[in-house]
Amino acid sequence: MISYIIIYGLVNSVTLALIAIGFSLTFGISGVANFAYGGFYLLSGYLTWMLLNYLKLPLVLAVFLTVGIVALIGFLTYWVILLRVRGIPLSEVIATFALGVGILELFRWAGFVTYEFTLPIFIKGGIEIAGVPLDYQRLFIIGIGLALVIFLYIFTHHTRIGLSFRGIAQNEHTAISLGIESDWTAALSLSLGSAMAGLAAIAILPLGIISINVGYDVLLIAVAIGIVGGLESVPGILVASLILGYAQVITGLYLSPEWMMVVYLAAIVIVLAIKPSGLFGKFKQLEERV
Amino acid sequence: MTIRYRKERLDRGIKVRTEDIFALSSYKEILYLVLPRALPVLFLLIFPLLKGLVGLYWEKVLIITCITALLALSWDLLASVGLISLGQALFFGAGAYLTGYLNHSFGWPPLVTIPLGTLGGALFCTLFLLPVLRIRGVYFAIVTLTLPLLLVRVIEATKILGGTEGLSGLSRLSENIWVELYIPVLALFLCLFGFRRLINMDYGLVLQGIRDNDLAVMSGAINIHKFKAQAVFIAALAGAFPGAFMTHYYQFVGMPAFALDFSILPLTCAVLGGVGNFAGPLLGAFILVPLSEILRAFGTLRVVFYSAILIVCVVGLPEGIFHYLERKYHQFERLVKVA
Repeated sequence: MISYIIIYGLVNSVTLALIAIGFSLTFGISGVANFAYGGFYLLSGYLTWMLLNYLKLPLVLAVFLTVGIVALIGFLTYWVILLRVRGIPLSEVIATFALGVGILELFRWAGFVTYEFTLPIFIKGGIEIAGVPLDYQRLFIIGIGLALVIFLYIFTHHTRIGLSFRGIAQNEHTAISLGIESDWTAALSLSLGSAMAGLAAIAILPLGIISINVGYDVLLIAVAIGIVGGLESVPGILVASLILGYAQVITGLYLSPEWMMVVYLAAIVIVLAIKPSGLFGKFKQLEERV
Repeated sequence: MTIRYRKERLDRGIKVRTEDIFALSSYKEILYLVLPRALPVLFLLIFPLLKGLVGLYWEKVLIITCITALLALSWDLLASVGLISLGQALFFGAGAYLTGYLNHSFGWPPLVTIPLGTLGGALFCTLFLLPVLRIRGVYFAIVTLTLPLLLVRVIEATKILGGTEGLSGLSRLSENIWVELYIPVLALFLCLFGFRRLINMDYGLVLQGIRDNDLAVMSGAINIHKFKAQAVFIAALAGAFPGAFMTHYYQFVGMPAFALDFSILPLTCAVLGGVGNFAGPLLGAFILVPLSEILRAFGTLRVVFYSAILIVCVVGLPEGIFHYLERKYHQFERLVKVA
């Protein structure tokens, strides 16, 4: 039982982190809350499905194409829509939210709701760790999650673009005065966040069917983990994913799987009551802003 | 050298004349002042009487329109304090479920449950949102988006309040159709004129000040958290009443009360009509809801349609239809030579 909780808790935590990290990254860098995140996630799922089934592409090619296309869509979202309303939170929030809902409901209308819409798992089969069976797909998720965190660390600490991301995140005006372009960086951050949504979708969706509600759930999960961990903080996201991931597995085991969504609500309520800016969140409290 | 022109915008003569007591000098000027205010009111009061002419179906559309307009007004009040709500369904659902619960468990009549449901639902929402009010930025939007979606899951999982099946067989609001028709209309008047009054008072000035510069308001020794909480409570009242009403109107309350439709439709109405003076959301609701009834055959494509309207309005027509019409009514444009 203990080994089950440890292993599946880890799988669940990494899944949650994979889902949440793209949203948090975009918000942390450019301050844009990308409410179209769930839409992009599901769009990637259906895009891969279409590339595989209509064009009969090999899986690897389809994966790279999907991530590239979704990144481009994220970039264009910023350049076409958000650039015009930048700095007006009301318009930014409404525009991205409407885009996300629009994408999801368009797929629902187009009839992408039946059971045939599933993505293939990468390699069939599984292994047994400490008496707990674990399939390769879940191992892949853990691997992708770890690789992503390492990639992000290297990217933001040792590359030119990554450093300019952090510069904009820390102080936009100083960064601009040093020649870092704010709009370009923000568009790239949205693009990167969308690409991560795509990557998460391709890794996680093979475990179930692709349905429209998954899109809303993903946004819900990303936001819930953001609230608990602190929206703009990557360490906060990781810690919150671990806490919520294990809490969910334990709840699912001892109560019932439906209660897993209740964990989010409980966590949000508790965190908001104790530390509204999230466990690792900073600069969000009004008093700290001066 | 070519002669170039620029557009000049000037107040109409009649507008300048009617700004003062001279309004009383002629019928034309009185009508200029009164008509835009009186026509919608008269329309709303008379429309239910035309039941035989337009049919019961469109009377029901009127009820839905008023309900949506109330939610949109509630959204606009929050927006005047600088709080962006993506979850009007939270208010609607809280009011609906509390009313349904009171009626279902204790058998109290609608006359008692609707006021109690409205008050209690608003109080519940305010308490839930209280911690978020201390944080700036998009947090309010994020939390209001998540709460209704999560509360549905809680009801589903814990099977409280009827679980997935909801509470049905509630008592009917009234056997008299006029009561059902006029209550939403009157509530809409109360909200519209009450909110317009509120925002023009000193109290409303503080609320708008919080939206524009919260630190400046704080430096005026005003407790902005108190004001924000009060604004959320007032907006939640306007949002919970429709829920309470619809519970008894349908004689049913269930998980659809927290559905996303109740969040995105009022939002679209407010943005389409124009944010800021409460007449805009009303206009938006009276355009969009009947339109969406006509487009009923398109099913979920309507939500895509709302989303498209939202994006186009936010990017292309940020002032909204109402402000556009208001400008045309008060001002005229002409081309002037550029020297």
